Amino acid sequence: MELESLRVQRAKSLSFRWEWLLLVLILGAFFVNVRLSPYFWNYRSFMDALSVFLEAGFMVFSMVMILVAGDIDISVASIAALSSVLMALSHKAGLPMGLAMLVALGVGVACGYFNGFLISRVPNLSAIIVTLAGFSLYRGIAYVLLGDRAVSGFPSWYSYLAWGYIGNTGIPFMLAAFFACALVYGLVLHRTAFGRKVFAIGTNRTAALFSGVPVARIRQILFTLNGLMAGVTAIFLTSKLGSSRPNVATGYELEVIAIAVLGGASPSGGKGSIFGACLAFILMRLLRYGMGLRNIPGQVMMVAIGVVLIGVVMIPNLVMSRKKRTVVS
Amino acid sequence: MKKSLVILSVLLLVSVFSSFALAKGFTIAMLVKNVGNPFFEACARGGQEAADALGNTFIFQGPPTPTVEGQIEIIENFIAQRVNAICVSANDFDALVPVLKKAMANGIKVISFDSAVNPEGRIVHVNQADAEQIGKLQVQAIAEMIGYEGEIAILSAAATMTNQNTWIRYMQEELKDPKYAKMRLAAIVYGDDLRDKSYNEAMGLFKSYPDLKGIISPTTVGVSATAKAITDAGLIGKVKLTGLGLPSEMAEWVKNGACEAFFLWNPVDLGYLATYVAGLLCEGTITGKEGETFTAGRLGEYTIRKSQDGGTEVLLGPPFRFDASNIDEWKDVF
Repeated sequence: MELESLRVQRAKSLSFRWEWLLLVLILGAFFVNVRLSPYFWNYRSFMDALSVFLEAGFMVFSMVMILVAGDIDISVASIAALSSVLMALSHKAGLPMGLAMLVALGVGVACGYFNGFLISRVPNLSAIIVTLAGFSLYRGIAYVLLGDRAVSGFPSWYSYLAWGYIGNTGIPFMLAAFFACALVYGLVLHRTAFGRKVFAIGTNRTAALFSGVPVARIRQILFTLNGLMAGVTAIFLTSKLGSSRPNVATGYELEVIAIAVLGGASPSGGKGSIFGACLAFILMRLLRYGMGLRNIPGQVMMVAIGVVLIGVVMIPNLVMSRKKRTVVS
Repeated sequence: MKKSLVILSVLLLVSVFSSFALAKGFTIAMLVKNVGNPFFEACARGGQEAADALGNTFIFQGPPTPTVEGQIEIIENFIAQRVNAICVSANDFDALVPVLKKAMANGIKVISFDSAVNPEGRIVHVNQADAEQIGKLQVQAIAEMIGYEGEIAILSAAATMTNQNTWIRYMQEELKDPKYAKMRLAAIVYGDDLRDKSYNEAMGLFKSYPDLKGIISPTTVGVSATAKAITDAGLIGKVKLTGLGLPSEMAEWVKNGACEAFFLWNPVDLGYLATYVAGLLCEGTITGKEGETFTAGRLGEYTIRKSQDGGTEVLLGPPFRFDASNIDEWKDVF
């Protein structure tokens, strides 16, 4: 009993330390970059740099929840591509842009619901298998619909979503939307009964089930939410590109999962935080922006990011093993 | 102790690669489809040469994989660095327009080369060769090799690439000519400019079309991967190959007979011309309008003309044929 409470305490202090660690890394990366490049600290460029790739950031929140519940979803980027293509096609067919954006969200919800339905209602179907199928299926449909063509011709106001600023504050609209989303997801995951149930499912699914947690329904909701966020990504990404093609958002699923994990979410469930994911996103951006300003070749950047990921994720293990040693001796 | 060591090493990573070029003249950035592609490395050599000739600073960048998302991130970084000009080989005709417009609004001169971007997002395009000429030339070459009879296939780069799609359209047009009546275009497949994927697509073609006589691969990665596939499958002489390739990569396959002849423009000259044009735009010597003439260093006189996509362009010159007679003198050049 005592041992158990000790373990819980240690886990708590660790997750507390995790976000501090990310903060320290962010500050470190910031100051190193400021010293290295005269262009790094320029308010406008800095804000712009944070919103590069931000469209994918919207999927990170729902992905954190899915990881916390002990599942995974690798079909999100494909859902985003299909949403983008169907939104573009429906606008081209004469639908007003506002409604076309609802189409994008609807497609996301439908794909996510389908994933969630199979995963939570069909026995013995794991999330990785279903979403791996979805990974091919949804992008495949996008290719069938559009082939190698691109669709463009959106109204000019639509480009505001990805390129506009709030008044003359220099804050990109997308960045504000990102943090608003973070707030909502943070409250839902960390401050509501629903969020606690998500953690319960990820910690021990069977125990949660026998404690009366509606496991199937909650997993269903989580995957549907992830689809919805893929639709949000599609809206912002299409605005950023000014056109749509079936190959948009290629590889985004891995980046999204990487950021969620770097933010402290555990792929084995029961751990994760929205705040941590935000910090991880900022850290990743700072590293990439800093290296970009130094014109470091893309391949080298990939290696560096990989090393950072492994290094940071390994830190708690190193700390833990040191602690254990001190306890023993 | 260990923890701080790890943090330290992570931070060090950020600062490892550094060498700040001192600003002289204008800073001209070349952004290519992806890095690690010998064709673009050759373009970069020409770019450096042209930048030196005009006293400018030259930056070379590209994403690790050929995606627009990667190119957008790099263009944002160029804007933050306040470069004076960007020469881009676009991964997508339309999708870079918003970010390039932002660059131009920040006073950056934007031109495209090799693979064009929509005229809305550029001042002028430096075209390596006439699309019609390139498409038709390859069909004529493969027809000659297979004796104007049998099934042929096209192994292209990604399905979204502007260049390849235009060339393929002209190939299909050329094939309508009655002299090709006994030839049939059996398939168009996409290797995404990745070596392993292109290789597998070629192997797939041999399986799906056992009577296949020839392959046209209008991309440097695709054509060398296909040559290797032909060699590995023991089909040298049975399946003929032509396309657009790099002499240094193709020399081996010209010598073993997998590829009799292929075409290309000179990428060193292409990079040179693009960077030279960007330099002249920065100086204000030219503005990119139709009818302007200028001298591009060692390459001589050029005239800006109207392009088919509604913008303006500079044409490098006709494509060059490489075969057993001249491969040795070119294979060390690029």
